[in-house]
Amino acid sequence: MREHSEAIKPPRALWVPYELGRPLGLPNDVEFQKRVLRACLGLLDADSGPVLEDYPEDVPVDTTPVDFTGMSCPIDLPSLPSNDSELTDSLIEEIEQIAPWYDLAVSQRSRTTVGISGLDINDAGRFLIDFIEDPSSPSPRPDVEVGPMLKYTCEDLKAFYSEAMSAQPGMSASLTVENWLWNETVLGKVLWRLREEHVDDSDSYVGYLAQRALIPDRQVQFKGAPVFETA
Amino acid sequence: MSTAALQKRDDRVFSRGEASYRVIPGDTTPNDIIMSHGSVNFDRSGFQQDLNVCFPLERLHELVSEGFIGSVADYHYTVAGGVEPEKNEGSARQIAGLMKREGVDTVLLVPI
Repeated sequence: MREHSEAIKPPRALWVPYELGRPLGLPNDVEFQKRVLRACLGLLDADSGPVLEDYPEDVPVDTTPVDFTGMSCPIDLPSLPSNDSELTDSLIEEIEQIAPWYDLAVSQRSRTTVGISGLDINDAGRFLIDFIEDPSSPSPRPDVEVGPMLKYTCEDLKAFYSEAMSAQPGMSASLTVENWLWNETVLGKVLWRLREEHVDDSDSYVGYLAQRALIPDRQVQFKGAPVFETA
Repeated sequence: MSTAALQKRDDRVFSRGEASYRVIPGDTTPNDIIMSHGSVNFDRSGFQQDLNVCFPLERLHELVSEGFIGSVADYHYTVAGGVEPEKNEGSARQIAGLMKREGVDTVLLVPI
């Protein structure tokens, strides 16, 4: 983002050293967020622009060791199915086991970000499996084509899992949640399969989804192994 | 203003490559704001835990209460970052006009 500000030259710009997606730095830290905003809005005191300043405060480093060997998740999930025919049952079972944590997250935060598909989460899971087993499966919503519907479904499922997991103590870091989802869940397995089978799909939207809009690039790069933060 | 493709829950989902914008009225509750950005290469878990980490509306109102800023606009705007900038020009000009009409004198652009 710093390079963008250097090129665009907005009147005032504050560069922050936070990961993409968290421009205010820390969720649920009111004072931290307000310090960022005060620094940004304080740039208006400059007599003229453009101004580009670097914000010096990093997010605190979480030094809690995380075990990625399968014990990090306190949810007792079903084992990953070895037979693809078991995917549907396994995914629905997994969703049901995660649901109490999702409900807790919604209760704690009084909100959810799940909802762009407009489907019940179990129906979202079923549509995803239906599509994998038969790509000619119709969209469950007549007003949305299959490709976008698949994208919205995947985003809702990922959000459902992520909200549930991040509600647990010590699981708020983005990479912890991300590594768990892509390496230790049935949903992750299903989405990897979707990518592998449709990356060259003749439907341009489905091909785009499989190749670029489904799995983070860093997970693709390190497939099968947890990604670690670099300094 | 946000580039996170935020939208009201019952609003139209941002489609792939769409350069339009969505309006978030100031009285929208956090539970009525969802995200339909196409990119998967930024963190969403922070947004899921706390809307303010990318759309700091509550923080801005607190800064008003503290006297740090004078007021917060009644309407806020979102686009989907990642679209070619030239395609955004029409939306940008519309949003600028709407903000001027509301008397906005400072825009806080929060990129995702």
